[in-house]
Amino acid sequence: MSATEQIIHPAATVHPIDNLLRADRFPHILCPGCGIGTVIHGYAHAIAASGLSEDRHVCVSGIGCSGRAAGYVNVDSYHSTHGRALPFALGIAVHKPELNVTVISGDGDLTAIGGNHLIHAARRNVNLNVICINNFNYGMTGGQVGPTTPVGAKGSTAPRGAVEQPFNLPYLAKATGAAFVARWTVLHVREFQDAVLRAMNKNGFSFIEVLAPCPTSFGRANNIGDGLHEVEIYRERCVIENGAQNLEELDIDLIDASKPITVGNFVDIDRKPFIE
Amino acid sequence: MSEAESNVRREPMDLAKAQVPVGRVHIISERCKQCNFCINYCPTKVLEYSPETNAKGYHFPLVAAGKETSCVHCRFCDLICPELAIFTTEMTDEDKAEFGIDGS
Ligand code: SF4
Ligand code: SF4
Ligand code: SF4
Repeated sequence: MSATEQIIHPAATVHPIDNLLRADRFPHILCPGCGIGTVIHGYAHAIAASGLSEDRHVCVSGIGCSGRAAGYVNVDSYHSTHGRALPFALGIAVHKPELNVTVISGDGDLTAIGGNHLIHAARRNVNLNVICINNFNYGMTGGQVGPTTPVGAKGSTAPRGAVEQPFNLPYLAKATGAAFVARWTVLHVREFQDAVLRAMNKNGFSFIEVLAPCPTSFGRANNIGDGLHEVEIYRERCVIENGAQNLEELDIDLIDASKPITVGNFVDIDRKPFIE
Repeated sequence: MSEAESNVRREPMDLAKAQVPVGRVHIISERCKQCNFCINYCPTKVLEYSPETNAKGYHFPLVAAGKETSCVHCRFCDLICPELAIFTTEMTDEDKAEFGIDGS
């Protein structure tokens, strides 16, 4: 037996965090190099670190590749209709304030189809942890451009490049009243988990944007060869600026290589929560 | 920092006492989808692709020959893996004996 074989024997079949996930459904449906799996993984670690038992956590998601999250976590979860993760989660948070409700969904589901719910849940400061996985397009349906697609980025509905100004999600969340706002990427695994934990401990509306590669749809249309290539873009261009005040200037331009991508925990304020 | 200062090499005060943990890598090969995250971002370049593939046709990471004791148990490969296909544990005394590392 070679040393290489030795070190992985006995070959593992169970990951230490498997108890918080529906490991019987693994390998999951997501594409190779997709960042959504890393986000689900990070959420599971945050649950473990929260000190609350699994039955105090609830996960709600909407439709799309990111919406698959609710199907892979081993806590009570609900896979809502398109864009309606937030109103469903709001119902749970109001009826059972003792639960820690996390919404994991995509940029399209949360900010386009469910955009109205987002601004009003933030305005009301409902005690929710929103993890918005931003991969800059509608991945599941074939790479249509959405409200987060950078100007100039190509998509199946914009073969010559998107022309509309995208949302700057942390700025939107702050402006509409979120008590905690952060932006990280799937490369910032520890910072992201820490932000999710802070969101879980916050009595108020928390919004975490997490950038994730979608090599199959967004990557293919934009000469980003695979998931690693996009994560390398994050590594080269991300600048951490916790507490940044100038959120309105921190748009993400994934296409223009000269522009930094600012990440960090931006907002952490105390505001009257919806339910006290 | 002035130029003179930046020329002074700074060392942690407890460098002599500091223990670098040694990790043991565990791979759930059937889950891997060959995304390369773990191999690329391992700070001590412990991992490389297997010559063989799993049932879905993906090459999965293995510990490279000669790197059996190089893992520092930073857990980055684990935390970034989208498939939960890899994790590390700190080597126990038995593990260390197996790999011929001085356990003291
Ligand atoms: S289409 Fe994109 S977002 Fe969906 S699973 Fe594949 S890589 Fe991930
Ligand atoms: S724990 Fe760190 S050092 Fe060990 S294999 Fe993983 S990434 Fe490399
Ligand atoms: S990060 Fe996970 S899925 Fe990607 S190559 Fe490594 S073990 Fe395989």
